[in-house]
Amino acid sequence: MGATRHPIAGRDDLAVLDAEEIRRALTRIAHEILERTHGGDEVVLLGIPTRGVPLARRLAARIGEFEGLEVPCGSLDVTMHRDDLRLRPARALGRTDLPAAGVDGKIVVLVDDVLYSGRTVRAALDALTDLGRPQAVQLAVLVDRGHRELPIRADYVGKNLPTSQREVVHVLLAEVDAQDAVMISGAPS
Amino acid sequence: MSPADASWLIEGAEVAGPGGRAVTDLLLAGGTVTAIGTGLSKAGARVLGAGGLIALPGLVDLHTHLREPGREDAETVETGTRAAALGGFTAVHAMANTEPVADTAGVVEQVWRLGRTAGYCDVQPVGAVTAGLAGTRLAELGTMADSAARVRVFSDDGRCVSDSLLMRRALEYVKAFDGVIAQHAQDPRLTEGAQLNEGEISGRLGLAGWPAVAEEAIIARDCLLAAHVGSALHVCHVSTAGSAEIIRWAKSKGWPVTAEVTPHHLLLTDELAVGYDPVFKVNPPLRTAADVAELRRALADGTIDCVATDHAPHPVEAKETEWSEAAFGMTGLETALRVVQQAMVETGLLDWAGVADRMSVRPARIGRLTGQGVPIAVGGPANLTLYDPAAPAEAVSPVGASKSRNTPFAGMSLPGGVVATFLRGVPTVLDGKLA
Amino acid sequence: MKRHLISAADLSRGDALLILDTAEELANLADRPIKKLPTLRGRTVVNLFFEDSTRTRISFEAAAKRLSADVINFSAKGSSVAKGESLKDTALTLEAMGADAVVIRHSASGAAHRLAGWVRGSVVNAGDGTHEHPTQALLDAFTIRRRLKGAGAALDGIRVTIVGDVLHSRVARSNVLLLSTLGAEVTLAAPPTLLPLAVDTWPCAVSYDLDAELPKSDVVMMLRVQQERMTAAYFPSVREYSRRYGLDAERMTRLPDHAIVMHPGPMNRGVEIAAEVADSVRSTIVEQVANGVTTRMAVLYLLLGGTEFPEVAP
Repeated sequence: MGATRHPIAGRDDLAVLDAEEIRRALTRIAHEILERTHGGDEVVLLGIPTRGVPLARRLAARIGEFEGLEVPCGSLDVTMHRDDLRLRPARALGRTDLPAAGVDGKIVVLVDDVLYSGRTVRAALDALTDLGRPQAVQLAVLVDRGHRELPIRADYVGKNLPTSQREVVHVLLAEVDAQDAVMISGAPS
Repeated sequence: MSPADASWLIEGAEVAGPGGRAVTDLLLAGGTVTAIGTGLSKAGARVLGAGGLIALPGLVDLHTHLREPGREDAETVETGTRAAALGGFTAVHAMANTEPVADTAGVVEQVWRLGRTAGYCDVQPVGAVTAGLAGTRLAELGTMADSAARVRVFSDDGRCVSDSLLMRRALEYVKAFDGVIAQHAQDPRLTEGAQLNEGEISGRLGLAGWPAVAEEAIIARDCLLAAHVGSALHVCHVSTAGSAEIIRWAKSKGWPVTAEVTPHHLLLTDELAVGYDPVFKVNPPLRTAADVAELRRALADGTIDCVATDHAPHPVEAKETEWSEAAFGMTGLETALRVVQQAMVETGLLDWAGVADRMSVRPARIGRLTGQGVPIAVGGPANLTLYDPAAPAEAVSPVGASKSRNTPFAGMSLPGGVVATFLRGVPTVLDGKLA
Repeated sequence: MKRHLISAADLSRGDALLILDTAEELANLADRPIKKLPTLRGRTVVNLFFEDSTRTRISFEAAAKRLSADVINFSAKGSSVAKGESLKDTALTLEAMGADAVVIRHSASGAAHRLAGWVRGSVVNAGDGTHEHPTQALLDAFTIRRRLKGAGAALDGIRVTIVGDVLHSRVARSNVLLLSTLGAEVTLAAPPTLLPLAVDTWPCAVSYDLDAELPKSDVVMMLRVQQERMTAAYFPSVREYSRRYGLDAERMTRLPDHAIVMHPGPMNRGVEIAAEVADSVRSTIVEQVANGVTTRMAVLYLLLGGTEFPEVAP
């Protein structure tokens, strides 16, 4: 693991994935999706806002490059289905944008940046159920940092990153943050 | 020695009179002021140390609602006069909008007797101008004048005598017995359903407006009528700058017009209505800062003759409701002098001699009362108010001697406090509490 | 922290945009097989309607139910209120029932304000006397945005003319406040008797001449004129009012091509608005109803969906 020091807001943080490593991870996941879905015909990629969305788009682009296949791609906001709404002020909603063909009978691959407690994914499953009936639902994440609180697991993982619960994982993506990197910082003071 | 016979030595009070201010002693005996000077001998009198206190002639209120008979849930003559005594008043005029209306000798005599029995201050009943306050025919003004209550002030307060002919007749009729018509100036057609001063605030809050012109137009008409028939007009609760200007003009012509202003109109504005709390709902309504400033000036220069509380008690359920459902009115007897200190004395507009004039001498003269409103002098009646202007400013509590709690000053910090009140030499209030 | 929505003045530009953006997302719900979200499950919303208004009450009821809240409807007719129970006692009863939010419509200006002092939950003003009707203004803003601007935008540069009995209109008051907060240029067109005395202090322009305003309006919002105003001498006759301030087919042709016509309802067809205008493609009257449900869902979510209404940059 190439550890480069990257300062974030004055704190001295560790970059655990740089841009090149992220690119390779996404390429690998794209191939894995094609393998496990036997060519990706029925696949629909749904990114979970915020950073799951550009990741889903990048995966769709990769798959398009490799196979010439246009994979429908969209976003699924899970805010209204979260189980922790009453712990904080009401949150602004993200965009839910389903591709025209819908999700009925499809293999929906949910895409998110970090898999942690699993509650976001549980909310996504609930949200998805209200939208239609997929043939199957799979999960692709860039980083799995452990500490699951629900029986949820990812089908495709960019990097397994054991962390302490006091640490914070930041995923930076060019579409949102002007750079690609995955950083870990110590517990916020 | 029975309480009625006790004599009192008031030591070291500051008497503010037309001659200036002087710290002096006062000896009260047999209901009169028997001596004024320094180093007076006690001679068996009870002593009241009055260092730092202002001595005023007992305050006279030209405009109070005691609610009895008929609305005893809000106030009775007993509780109202207790509140008056605590406010430093030795005489109050009880308005006629009771149930039944005070439009006969029977009702006014009943109110008069209730006042004498309670004994906290003199109650001078006001007679209605029109029968039942209905505004269609005159009440028995002469009979009320001749009754034991000796009514001289007549008012339909609560309602306006809006019919010009009836107002003319009323003004003419009372000349026969030196009466005065006290008008509640409010054109009913311009104020149907009105809730609050018509202005920026009423537009924003969506409450029907009560335009200043509805008061001013009636005052202008009544001044002209009073001049035309040569009779005395008193204008109740003046609330707008325009009204003060009209009265100033009428007086400049030498016309027999007098006027009063309430304590709340000297201090509060319609801004207070933004929370829709009906404790600020009153008739006439609270107006703008410009009106408050002009009313203060007019009271200072004597255009407005006196302060009258328009003490209007209401039970809780009449005020703890939506604004448009709530009753109009604010209590005021217990806080009047403190508000006047805040609005007029602290601002340098009026000195204590002026307060004595506007809150005792002139109201008694307008009310044609004998034995009240007499400047403190040897041989005069021992009607006295001792007031501490330097009492630490305290937040006003809504709970007082009045049965009702609808004071707009609740929670506001006001200076001063009444320490003692004497009614013909007998203390009704001592040490700030009922005696 | 916003616990209540009582006046459009309670909302900053940021707050208003948040509500509209949230409504934009929730509007997609109508296209889904399951038109419901679990977000307010277990919460109780009470509709406290002292004034008859089936349309607004149903709108709030639908909004609450689509968020899975429990709805209790309280209407004044035949209730304890009709028997003289005070607003305060009604409020205390609701408290005892554990209402998380109370949506109140009342004929007295300030009723929502007073209620907010007596309940712990959130108060949403669904129309208090002639004071305000903030959710109406929100759905109107949402409608204008959808028709003339686009998702995410504010209303800068949009010219809105509001026509009719402004003096007695809670819809007008809320709209003047909210639309100008969102950057629109608002003009009121009415006879002088139907404008409040101090209207020159409001954030809008005033005109007595409707015809002069039409060619420069992107939105014309017609207010209902009640016949009773005639007996109180606000205008001489319904005919004269219609002639001078009614939006008929002829006036409609003088609007710019893109301009839309709005009405909060219920309409007096033939008085303030002609039938052909109400039924034309410019008219947003029907979509205002659908937009009412989504904007009210957004308001209920933002007030109740978290611990509190989010802090928004002004």
